[in-house]
Amino acid sequence: MRALYKGIIKRDLELAFRQKSELMQPLMFLLVVVTLFPLGIGPGPDTLQRIGPGVIWVAAILSSLLGMERLFRDDFADGSLEQMQLSGLPLYQIALCKIITHWLVSFTPLLMLSPLLALFLNLTLSMYVALLITLLLGTPVISLIGAIAVGLTTGLQRGSLLLALLLIPIFIPLLIFATSAVESAAMQLPYGPQIAIIAAIMLVALALSPFAVSYALKVSQN
Amino acid sequence: MIECLPIFYSQRAEQGLSGLIGNNLTCYKQDRCLFQNLNIHLQSGELVHLRGPNGAGKTSLMRILVGLTSPEKGGVRCNGLDISTPAIAKDMVFIGHKPGLNGLLSAEENLMYWSAQHEIAVSSTAIHEVLESLSLVGMEEIPVKNLSAGQQRRVALARLWLKPATFWLLDEPFTSLDTEGIAMMETVFARHVSRHGAILMTSHQSLSERAGPFRIEQLEYQL
Repeated sequence: MRALYKGIIKRDLELAFRQKSELMQPLMFLLVVVTLFPLGIGPGPDTLQRIGPGVIWVAAILSSLLGMERLFRDDFADGSLEQMQLSGLPLYQIALCKIITHWLVSFTPLLMLSPLLALFLNLTLSMYVALLITLLLGTPVISLIGAIAVGLTTGLQRGSLLLALLLIPIFIPLLIFATSAVESAAMQLPYGPQIAIIAAIMLVALALSPFAVSYALKVSQN
Repeated sequence: MIECLPIFYSQRAEQGLSGLIGNNLTCYKQDRCLFQNLNIHLQSGELVHLRGPNGAGKTSLMRILVGLTSPEKGGVRCNGLDISTPAIAKDMVFIGHKPGLNGLLSAEENLMYWSAQHEIAVSSTAIHEVLESLSLVGMEEIPVKNLSAGQQRRVALARLWLKPATFWLLDEPFTSLDTEGIAMMETVFARHVSRHGAILMTSHQSLSERAGPFRIEQLEYQL
């Protein structure tokens, strides 16, 4: 545990904060995309309220794809990943630690930014609460599933577009249930079932993704 | 010159099971057969110089022997255990073409995190001492990307001092090292071998007599 914490999590956090621009860019992208919608569609409060949750989720998925490659790209390129694989620590645990750090670094700022986005798009308080819950449970899925695709494409020279093509279709169910939960909240309906499904997706991803990532990384090393 | 050589040396040399053994290894890259039914063994107390022209498969063989890639056919065993056993990693250091150093971290941080991953307890003073013996005084805090290629190679090689391992697998350890650096590494190799260590290394350069007795394994380029 100590080895994983000190050698992987602490290292990745340290590296993330050394590359502040890479940390900030996806967030700025998210903010800009969300502010484009009122300008493009018209600032009618009702329209914004209707499209708001979808816009925030789509922007979150797209912005997360920008920073996704960072998960393994640098470590693969400079050989650090090789050294980690040879450390005797199980590769799936290393992968899980890297995924957790990735989530912390890319999605906690998004969660902190979300009240501002909710204000931009005229969401009510109950809608915002639902949105926050879907983001809390849904964004780990993006990190967990994304890591598999990054693991698979990390040996390729230009994998970023391929990454987007692989991942966006997989996130469709997440998007459907998340926006439907917020819509239910807007109509004062219970949204427990949608949240439960997102939580179930998250738990399945959490259980399986570290193993898939470790396999993908081994394949990439070949 | 070098006082902080690895201290722990495995006692397994006296037992019969010691050694890294590759059996009937076959490797294909891009449909070209690099080697077929290759047998290679590395015992404690020996230095093996793996030679061969570019593209002969030296690096591929190295990566198979440390367990990073799996061969088409055949298997690798180390001290009687399969190479995928996690315990073996504790007794092995591999330094490949890629130095495994993150350019944004300093030499000290890189080695600190590496030691943490490999579960080696080292203090930052110990790391400073090793870096000092590699004539990297004053470079400990500089991001590795700002060091010269030779200095980066020295930082990568510092792992040999930090990890008490029997097996050293070094892929082109002399790349971008200066003559003094090479001489120093050769002395270290001789020292490691005399303490029942085992080294397998590739290099296009011939080893001098400083490295002590060594065996040459030749890989041929196959069409």
